Amino acid sequence: MLPSSTLAELPIGRSALIQSLPTGRAGLTRLRELGLTPGAKVDVVRRAPLGEPIEIRVRGSHIAMRNHEAAHIIVTPAEA
Amino acid sequence: MSAPDSPLLAIVGNPNSGKTTLFNLLTGLRQKVANYPGVTVEKKIGECWSQHGKKLRLIDLPGAYSLNARSPDEAVLRDVLLGRRSDTPKPDKVVLVLDAANLERNLYLATQILELGLPTVIALNMIDIAEGKGWRIDVKKLSEELGVPVVPMQATSGKGLLELKAAMSREDLPQPRWHSAPLPEEIRASVLATRAELALTGAVQEKSSLLEPLYLLSDHDPLHAGIKDAQLGQISRGRAALEKAHPGWEDQLVNDRYSAIEKLCREVLVRPDQEPVTITQRIDRWLLHPLFGGVFVLAFLVFLFYLIFKVAEGPMGWIEAAFAALGSWVTGVMPPGDLRDLIVDGAINGVSGVVVFLPQILILFFFIGIMEDTGYMARLAFIMDRLMSVVGLNGKAFLPFLSSYACAVPGIMATRTIDSPKDRLITILIAPLASCSARLPVYLLLISALMPDSVSLWAKAGIMVGLYALGTLGAFGFAWILNKGVMRGANAPMILEMPSYKMPSIKGILLLVWQRARAFLLRAGTVIFGISILIWAASTYPKSDSPDASIRLELSAAGRAGHLIEPVIAPLGYDWKIGIGLIGSFAAREVFVNTMAVVYAVQSEDEEDMTPLRDRLRQETRVSGKPVYSPLVCISLLVFYVFAMQCVSTMAIVKRETGSWGWMWFQLAAMTGTAYVLALAIFQIGTAMGY
Repeated sequence: MLPSSTLAELPIGRSALIQSLPTGRAGLTRLRELGLTPGAKVDVVRRAPLGEPIEIRVRGSHIAMRNHEAAHIIVTPAEA
Repeated sequence: MSAPDSPLLAIVGNPNSGKTTLFNLLTGLRQKVANYPGVTVEKKIGECWSQHGKKLRLIDLPGAYSLNARSPDEAVLRDVLLGRRSDTPKPDKVVLVLDAANLERNLYLATQILELGLPTVIALNMIDIAEGKGWRIDVKKLSEELGVPVVPMQATSGKGLLELKAAMSREDLPQPRWHSAPLPEEIRASVLATRAELALTGAVQEKSSLLEPLYLLSDHDPLHAGIKDAQLGQISRGRAALEKAHPGWEDQLVNDRYSAIEKLCREVLVRPDQEPVTITQRIDRWLLHPLFGGVFVLAFLVFLFYLIFKVAEGPMGWIEAAFAALGSWVTGVMPPGDLRDLIVDGAINGVSGVVVFLPQILILFFFIGIMEDTGYMARLAFIMDRLMSVVGLNGKAFLPFLSSYACAVPGIMATRTIDSPKDRLITILIAPLASCSARLPVYLLLISALMPDSVSLWAKAGIMVGLYALGTLGAFGFAWILNKGVMRGANAPMILEMPSYKMPSIKGILLLVWQRARAFLLRAGTVIFGISILIWAASTYPKSDSPDASIRLELSAAGRAGHLIEPVIAPLGYDWKIGIGLIGSFAAREVFVNTMAVVYAVQSEDEEDMTPLRDRLRQETRVSGKPVYSPLVCISLLVFYVFAMQCVSTMAIVKRETGSWGWMWFQLAAMTGTAYVLALAIFQIGTAMGY
């Protein structure tokens, strides 16, 4: 088991399981509604040419978000 | 549109689920587009016939991710489905469109809607894409679990449409069997308490489903329509109580729902261990490539602006010629007199000045439609987001703002894709600062008056670039100030779905172009019509007998108004003649050129040729003998035109898109005020420095 990190720190191409998201924040609740619930698998697909936002795949859909949100999402990286 | 006794079916689903394609297919484009009163959300209604010749009424509800509304679109969906909008009847049945290739996420909204208990049929769209990924969906099992018919289909090709229509016209369309886990006890108690309180003011029925107060409680934005001020207080008190008694209640409900969906998916969906690389992923490797992605954006934009400025020239010439022909025809058949002048010089001339931009606007609408339909719009927002975030906007604001360099009207109409109301409003407010094509003739005239012919073309081009840069800087500065200071409320986080690429439906896009162009012509056209007549009247009456047109103009109301405002504009370096030009260009900027031609009584064989007018401007002197159009005055005027709001069409669209006179006046005051102050500073400081 690798140590946990934030989604913002996860390198491109890596997969991880979502460990936790802070509760009670409207923006993060929407990400949760888009499928980023604890236990869900996420893949970091790419970063935009200017470094932000990041594109991830979760439950079959592709979602882009900024580091600001991604930094709140704690993930457990899958074995490389 | 039809007898109210035919059943009303609501088409609902996630954004990008193919909902609107299906609606277009069902209605065969027999549809009406309007706005929900009070919000800028499109209301599309249409009708279709069942196999047995029974009429069905359809309403295409806005795409949404959740009934926990986060945008005006989502609030409309929630309110219509709950029967909370007085302008729209509660639908009798629901056609729930799911993207089969994105089933799990689509089931989130779907299960929320099924729980509302309306008779429902599911259109399992894009089944071909799901199968292409190697997914196997047990349609029969899905139908059993949810308790409603499920029709696999492909809206783009029409496959499965007959089966869907058969299900839609069933009298006995079942109510869903799906129920998620009951609410946890503490949450339930708080929701019950809120419902009781809301029932006192009539905001909800005393015996309403618990879901109604629940979805109201989960709406964070108090600005959404349909909730009265007193009820807002009740809702926010209810929220606070719920948050205190049960922190993280919303998040827990989301987790619970996804747990139920995961369980369902394990039974109905088989995914291969290794999914094949999709076409979308292959395209994105190039279009979102760190280097090539940016190059493609640039190339695409150059191509778009080439079409707007170069290819549109032809049709624009035809429109001008057609209006000119209409004008001379009226001149020929009508006896001379005020009525003829009113029609030819007022109405035809004024309307022509706006309609001439229609080719550019149509090209823009068409390309915006292509980009929305194919899915490239989300990629453009993805690439541009970092840049736009510098001034507090997000990537979705990029294209609307860019469009405004051609014309602010389509730019502002394109802001509807921005779901955060705050970002959308800021984008609308800054859009007219982009130097639009109506400013070009004014820039060209003043630059040529400013610089002797000996100055190289490069220097003139440099000034032109400088003016565009100034407008852009001004827009970003405004955005920054509005974002930091004027607008309240936190910025919504930038969350963007990147949908699969799709072939665009040209029929659907052309319909969209037609609907938007029509809205523009109706709104801007009627306002411009009225204003043109007003300005014509002001520059015609009171009449004088002078044979000289420039003297007649001086003695008219507009001429007197020019004198009247002279004390206000003299500190900017302008005389009363320029004042007439400013008044004339209140309706539309390019009118300045024609007005000045009349003011100085410049006759020109060819209207396109500005040389006689330019020479006349250079000769114009003040009483002191100094030239009126000194370099300082030219620069002051140029800067004024960069910043001032002088476009009635845009104002009409701003009023429509913000739903408020207040923002329209605010924008007018802010832009024209800035223009005045900057032009004043330039002239005064320049004069003091001895220029």
